[in-house]
Amino acid sequence: MKYAYYPGCSLHSTGQEFDKSLLAVCEKLGVELVELEKWVCCGSTAAHNLSKVAATALPMANLALMPKMGLDEVVVPCAECFSKLKIAQHNCKTDKKLKRDVVEAIHKDCNDDAKVIHPLSIFAEEPLISRIPALVEKNLSGLKVVCYYGCLLTRPPKITQFDIAEYPETMDNVLRATGITTLDWDHKTICCGASFALSKPDIVVNLSHKIIEDAKEVGADAIAVACPMCHANLDTRQDDMEKEYGVHPQMPVLYFTQLMGYSFGMTPEELLLDKHLTDVSSLIEKANAPVEEEASPEEEEATSFQFDGHH
Amino acid sequence: MTEEIVHIDEKSFTFSDAVVAVGGIDTSYCYQCGKCATGCPVAYEMDLTPTQLIHAIQLGLKDLVYNSKTMWLCAACQTCSTRCPQDVDIAEVLDTVKILMQRDKKKPQLPNVLKFNKRFMGNLKWFGRLYELGMIAMLKLSTRKFTQDMGMGMKMLKKRKFSIWPRFKGGWAVRKILRRVKKQEKA
Repeated sequence: MKYAYYPGCSLHSTGQEFDKSLLAVCEKLGVELVELEKWVCCGSTAAHNLSKVAATALPMANLALMPKMGLDEVVVPCAECFSKLKIAQHNCKTDKKLKRDVVEAIHKDCNDDAKVIHPLSIFAEEPLISRIPALVEKNLSGLKVVCYYGCLLTRPPKITQFDIAEYPETMDNVLRATGITTLDWDHKTICCGASFALSKPDIVVNLSHKIIEDAKEVGADAIAVACPMCHANLDTRQDDMEKEYGVHPQMPVLYFTQLMGYSFGMTPEELLLDKHLTDVSSLIEKANAPVEEEASPEEEEATSFQFDGHH
Repeated sequence: MTEEIVHIDEKSFTFSDAVVAVGGIDTSYCYQCGKCATGCPVAYEMDLTPTQLIHAIQLGLKDLVYNSKTMWLCAACQTCSTRCPQDVDIAEVLDTVKILMQRDKKKPQLPNVLKFNKRFMGNLKWFGRLYELGMIAMLKLSTRKFTQDMGMGMKMLKKRKFSIWPRFKGGWAVRKILRRVKKQEKA
């Protein structure tokens, strides 16, 4: 399996753990990711506030690099980039004038048929989902994790077409395949305040604190994320939460690929687990403790809420 | 909200027409059910709820809209647009108002949010990919909030979360694209 790869700015900087762990996990699973040459920023949280054409042209300039590589599917791990690329494609398809302006701005054809994929979608489907259990070297069934999807993987659903918008299960399914226990909770898709990380941090501290509080309430040992901005807000703002609310949350926040990699027997150093601001040693200790056989299969079944209806 | 008599005539629709022309969203479908306001994670900070802001656009109350904090507080989480029963893309409307304000040269109620967006794009023109440290430095210089987040920043530096030096990859490409976009918008 071979895909083009668009890491985005964060994965080469504050989210380098995501980049490294994703590439390591993909290698184990037999997925080849070829980084787009000369990619540029997608415009992220800023461009859409200033100009619709610019916010569409930057993602399309990146997708226009694909035909030369002979690939028509691109893996985009950052939820912000994923959303911006998908929205740009959608806007080009539905707005002819915008498409003309974009083509003129990037001086290349609009590649609005390229398939933009989040790695979770490939992992959760055949053949990879069945390969996962065989690769597991470390039994992590003692770990209880909540999966945080954030905003932009699922919203707006008619554009991202990723799982069920209000209660997605894709990340839960992938982590359960490694043996990790994932819990049901209310804040799967509630915003952490990402775009205000630097311009209005008080909003971020408030919103992210609510997410962590809920994770604690359901008894999670860690939060798994799939977005570098969600990770930055939930991980780096815990000191500020202590100042604001009096208690340090001490909640480890990991990329789902780090948890996968850890279950595949990779070391914390390989997975850059030490890069997080919030200490993850409690989690590693728990992961290495002998697993008590307490939960029977029936009980586990009862805790995993099955959402089979369509919205 | 203000309590005054609103006179509606033909001119009242020029504002909502501008929103359609620039953002492509027709706000007239909104019947003020309030679902967007209920789901909005930042509504607690807003002076007008998203519902009220859309209503003000429908009524052509441009000054009320431009003087509101609401669109500058939007986190772009897309919850409102996802849940709207009338399929109004509210988040896109808020973006459109911000773009219209800049065309009309109106000052935002939350200048730091606009400064962040501008520094971000300015950074891309140089580096093509976001050089985070550079952007933070420029943002600090323009907002003068030097001590804010200092502790966190130092911790992140110590952990080598940021790349210290910028890489010039694609700055030229981004600059060319943005220059062409600007030219189109002026035309």
